[in-house]
Amino acid sequence: AGMLLRLLSDVRWRAANPTWRGLPCCRRSASTTAEPQAVALPAQAQVVICGGGIMGTSVAYHLSKMGWKDIVLLEQGRLAAGTTRFCAGIVSTARHTSLELKMADYSNKLYQQLEQETGVNTGYVRTGSISLAQTQDRLISLKRVASSLKVMGIPCEIITPKQVAQLHPLINIHDLVGAMYVPEDALVSSANVSLALATAASRNGVQIHERTSVSHVSAQKGRVAAVETDRGQIQCQYFVNCAGQWAYELGHSGEEPVHIPLHACEHFYLLTHPLKEPLASNLPTIVDPDGRIYIRNWQGGILSGGFEKNPKPLFTEGRNQLEIQNLQEDWDHFEPLLSALLRRMPGLEALQIMQLVNCPETFTPDMRCIMGESPTLRGYFVLAGMNSAGISYGGGAGKYLAEWMVNGYPTENVWPLDLKRFGTLQSSRTFLRHRVMEVMPLICDLKVPRWDFQTGRQLRTSPLYDRLDAQGARWMEKHGFERVKYFVPPGKDLLDLDQSKTFYKPDWFDIVGSEVKCCKEAVCVIDMSSFTKFEISSTGDQALENLQYLFSNDLDVPVGHVVHTGMLNEKGGYENDCSIARLSKRSFFMISPTDQQVHCWAWLKNHLPEDSGVVMEDVTWKYTALNLIGPRAVDVLSELSYAPMTAEHFPSLFCKEMSVGYANGIRVMSITHTGEPGFVLYIPIEYALHVYNEVMNMGQKYGIRNAGYYALRSLRIEKFFAFWGQDLDAFTTPMECGREFQVKLEKGMQFVGQEALLEQKQHGVYKRFTMFILEEHDTDADLWPWWGEPIFRNGRYAGRTTSSAYSYTLERHVCLGFVQHFHEQTGQELVVTPDFINQGEYEIDIAGQRFQAKAKLYPFSSLFTQRRRKEEVELSGYQRE
Amino acid sequence: FYLTPPQVNSILKANEYSFKVPEFDGKNVSSVLGFDSNQLPANAPIEDRRSAATCLQTRGMLLGVFDGHAGCACAQAVSERLFYYIAVSLLPHETLLEIENAVESGRALLPILQWHKHPNDYFSKEASKLYFNSLRTYWQELIDLNSGETTDVKEALINAFKRLDNDISLEAQVGDPNSFLNYLVLQVAFSGATACVAHVDGVDLHIANTGDSRAMLGVQEEDGSWSALNLSYDHNAQNEHEVQRVKMEHPKSEEKSLVKQDRLLGLLMPFRAFGDVKFKWSIELQKRVVESGPDQLNDNEYTKFIPPNYHTPPYLTAEPEVIYHRLRPQDKFLVLATDGLWETMHRQDVARIVGEYLTGVHHQQPIAVGGYKVTLGQMHGLLTERRARINSVFEDQNAATHLIRHAVGNNEFGSVDHERLSKMLSLPEELARMYRDDMTIIVVQFNSHVIGAY
Repeated sequence: AGMLLRLLSDVRWRAANPTWRGLPCCRRSASTTAEPQAVALPAQAQVVICGGGIMGTSVAYHLSKMGWKDIVLLEQGRLAAGTTRFCAGIVSTARHTSLELKMADYSNKLYQQLEQETGVNTGYVRTGSISLAQTQDRLISLKRVASSLKVMGIPCEIITPKQVAQLHPLINIHDLVGAMYVPEDALVSSANVSLALATAASRNGVQIHERTSVSHVSAQKGRVAAVETDRGQIQCQYFVNCAGQWAYELGHSGEEPVHIPLHACEHFYLLTHPLKEPLASNLPTIVDPDGRIYIRNWQGGILSGGFEKNPKPLFTEGRNQLEIQNLQEDWDHFEPLLSALLRRMPGLEALQIMQLVNCPETFTPDMRCIMGESPTLRGYFVLAGMNSAGISYGGGAGKYLAEWMVNGYPTENVWPLDLKRFGTLQSSRTFLRHRVMEVMPLICDLKVPRWDFQTGRQLRTSPLYDRLDAQGARWMEKHGFERVKYFVPPGKDLLDLDQSKTFYKPDWFDIVGSEVKCCKEAVCVIDMSSFTKFEISSTGDQALENLQYLFSNDLDVPVGHVVHTGMLNEKGGYENDCSIARLSKRSFFMISPTDQQVHCWAWLKNHLPEDSGVVMEDVTWKYTALNLIGPRAVDVLSELSYAPMTAEHFPSLFCKEMSVGYANGIRVMSITHTGEPGFVLYIPIEYALHVYNEVMNMGQKYGIRNAGYYALRSLRIEKFFAFWGQDLDAFTTPMECGREFQVKLEKGMQFVGQEALLEQKQHGVYKRFTMFILEEHDTDADLWPWWGEPIFRNGRYAGRTTSSAYSYTLERHVCLGFVQHFHEQTGQELVVTPDFINQGEYEIDIAGQRFQAKAKLYPFSSLFTQRRRKEEVELSGYQRE
Repeated sequence: FYLTPPQVNSILKANEYSFKVPEFDGKNVSSVLGFDSNQLPANAPIEDRRSAATCLQTRGMLLGVFDGHAGCACAQAVSERLFYYIAVSLLPHETLLEIENAVESGRALLPILQWHKHPNDYFSKEASKLYFNSLRTYWQELIDLNSGETTDVKEALINAFKRLDNDISLEAQVGDPNSFLNYLVLQVAFSGATACVAHVDGVDLHIANTGDSRAMLGVQEEDGSWSALNLSYDHNAQNEHEVQRVKMEHPKSEEKSLVKQDRLLGLLMPFRAFGDVKFKWSIELQKRVVESGPDQLNDNEYTKFIPPNYHTPPYLTAEPEVIYHRLRPQDKFLVLATDGLWETMHRQDVARIVGEYLTGVHHQQPIAVGGYKVTLGQMHGLLTERRARINSVFEDQNAATHLIRHAVGNNEFGSVDHERLSKMLSLPEELARMYRDDMTIIVVQFNSHVIGAY
């Protein structure tokens, strides 16, 4: 590997002059001259960044650009000497989510001008990239990406196999059905990009110290106080963990552990000698996901690696059991990838091998990178876990994190990448080891709607798990919690159903349809125990006062009422969307989405004054939640409790402790998260089985049955209910999603986000949550919408969908999404009025095919079985599917 | 009648079991990598048994094969009980005390053994209380005896074997009020079993053998070839020393009648065994027990039958011969097998077949390009060939299965002949025993890196 270090990087430290200088060409001879003189570490700094790879240098670069100067970057070895040095240097914008796509696009633009900015040769070559499809399904997947790229203004084409052959002379196209060509994708020398970023940062005043390793971070009063290194202590306000595959361990080294769930796997790629007729340096990079490989030109030869089905995780026990440089080549392991390479480029048979490089890459439990602030230790930021796309994301991710630190939040909604989407429960070494073995192959696997991870399952379960499983439940997982998707009726072919991986109509279609029907006509039970539940109380009025400040709706309601409310940020955006029941004058019961457990807790902790006197308890584990949905729910419950449950006695949005069967103290709320009539029962877990049995027995005569989240999802989407995490995020305000009625601007006291909302109320909103009914969409034959599809208004791009479902009642597909108004010439965002929405002709783009859609700003009132006052209509729901 | 290859495989693999000692990222501190075991019945039901367990209160792993005769009752009992006796014999005084106190006060017991069992390897639930009480009496005596000395493995093995056989004998004499149990203990005592047990702790390997099962070490020579090293002596008529021993223990007058037709008293093949009280008890005792015993016993001609020339019992002992071997890096594996294997295969062939199997599967040398000039095509060819070798030749994932395949299916050229294999496996029940014996094999694989580091 020593040779390789010199090949990929040719920049060295000049001790005398603390700037970075790139040498223009490859010099294989002595590349390391004298040891750099160790400059003493400063005693204090505003920011200490740990890790001199692409992430650390990118954060340093962007922070210093944004005006923060007092920054120290520490690297345990040499700059860009870890994964960054070994990685293949492919900058690819072909990403499946728009956030990742934006990061990659920014990175590409940044790297392109970096050489000019810094004078360091970054090896940037615009080669373009071609993603190949061997199957129709793969082509659909590529078309979906292409749709996204186009609306982002990134040039991109779906091309035929013949066109592939014209773009690349070596490719065997016989087994291809098509491909996607992205002409502006590029290659870089990743180490040099890092060094260029470091050079620029250093010019902006960032101090860089190599051969300095961080042992741990010490905290004071829940804030970062200092960083301990092997060369002494640095006091600081902010710490940024960019330690790559060591980030997990570094996070755990301090007194206050920061859980950063990631794990390394070995990753192999091949380097060859040049071809007889050396390959052009601008030859497009080939990605062949069905063959699980990528191929780029490299010094006249090729560099080709891939993501095998049977990855080899390593460093489970921690660092330094093996040095990265000493990892073994494993040709037998590489064999399937080599076969794929030779199948794709048979002409390479005679090409001579130079080396098989083993370069560990870091993977996360959900294949998305990790950034953001620790929920427990303020000032502790993280950027790591790049799932083998560090170079593509490096620039954008560094920018977002820098914005986060400087402005309090990035310019994009980064919740999908937020460290707080994880908690301690994802940081078991065994869990990570098993999960990343599934994640790494996933990089090449087809991304079909609604797949579920198979590893790391059955961690959190409801007490009813076995009962439901025995009745045919099919499970998905959220935040470690097993939740039912649907129930396979007895007699159905089970094997078939588990293979339901398609972009078209899934085979659970009829099953979910009958569950929905039962919700509409009789009564269904859905176990919703995964929801995050907090109890918030105080001895005096402190709880109410503080909650009134933190939530936008008026919580000063009579005891026993339930309030739907947003927990907004200063900009009026949803940090959380929840239901709060007032249990007594001084105590509240708060229900939030499952994956809010860490984020919401941290937000409340951080926003409550230290001496607030408010007591918070996470009681998620204490209650099993059963959602009884349907017109007969009222009958079942009244028979079981001998209490009248009709609307006069138990109005909507009401909460009461009562007995159900033998069990007392069941917290019953008249909400269902679907807009259907019914109740949610919060049952202390030891009563769960009893209550469930009672409900099922009693329900029999009312036609009760089990149902899953897919039914819930169809019900809530057809009623235009937005779910946090799916439709709502920190950049969406209640005004933009038709929830003004859940905001009490005049509740007599200030609350977070109030000013922003007032401003919007006066001047209007720039995007509006809209419901689309697909017309002339053949459910059986056409591709199904999913989420993230571009919306076109009068032929012009106007936004994206955020969720979609088939409505069994309307017998149409319903998509939810945000419509924006871009100025025709300047592209500037303009105010979106209801008229603007109503006067447009809409189309939804599903994998390149456009379907006409009817836009609506209000749900179909016919869908609500009971007429209720508008105030009472429960317009809220949770959960992101 | 012809079996297809998948049918053959399903028969051969029905009883296979593999255990890998848990490792952590390629680091395995145990000298044992794991073991493969399998058995192929000829009798119906099979009379062989096998056991494997890890000692939890002391270090080391126990593995054993048991060949039953005159039924499987004794082999079954020994396979359940012997390792507990060994483990208890090895326990230090304090641990014994701790266990006894736990039992006394009804607290949870320290687990003594972690079993590694195939689902077909069962334990008899009914007798567990009885067996436990006998075991407890044993450790209570050990506590009383407290010698204060550290336990010698060889001595512990001998004591455990003898004690268990003694308990089997006693339980049959005392009987049990429960008629089912009463019949069971008599069945155990009147049937017999040989035992070949290995205790591995680091580089210390002890083999305790009673009877004609065999332990053999597979050694890889410097040139890569394989040789066998016997770690047990068969206790049968072919073993001169054994014949001498038996003769020494009885008056000269019996010399002629002691061994006839290569059998003990003209009846028993192994010269040492558990159970078989017909060769151990006095005639009076046998008669008394049989008469007072249940009807089934009385109606059984075999149990009532007294061996001819039966003058000075006991003629049979369960005392094992213990051999110690310090493992060396070249000692790659250990084979424990009942005589069913050794009758059909020479140990040299066993060493070669297992050795080549294990190295083929696990130790194919990794390829390194180094400074050589290799093209992608050449490398691809090489890798495909390596893969094919693994896939075709080694269709077995279990070394014991592989060995059985050879033992049953080998033709005169020493390679597996499918037709022969198919014939041998499709023999009707009543004929099977004529062509082959029950076969039970355990192949233990050693970790040379760990052994080399000692």
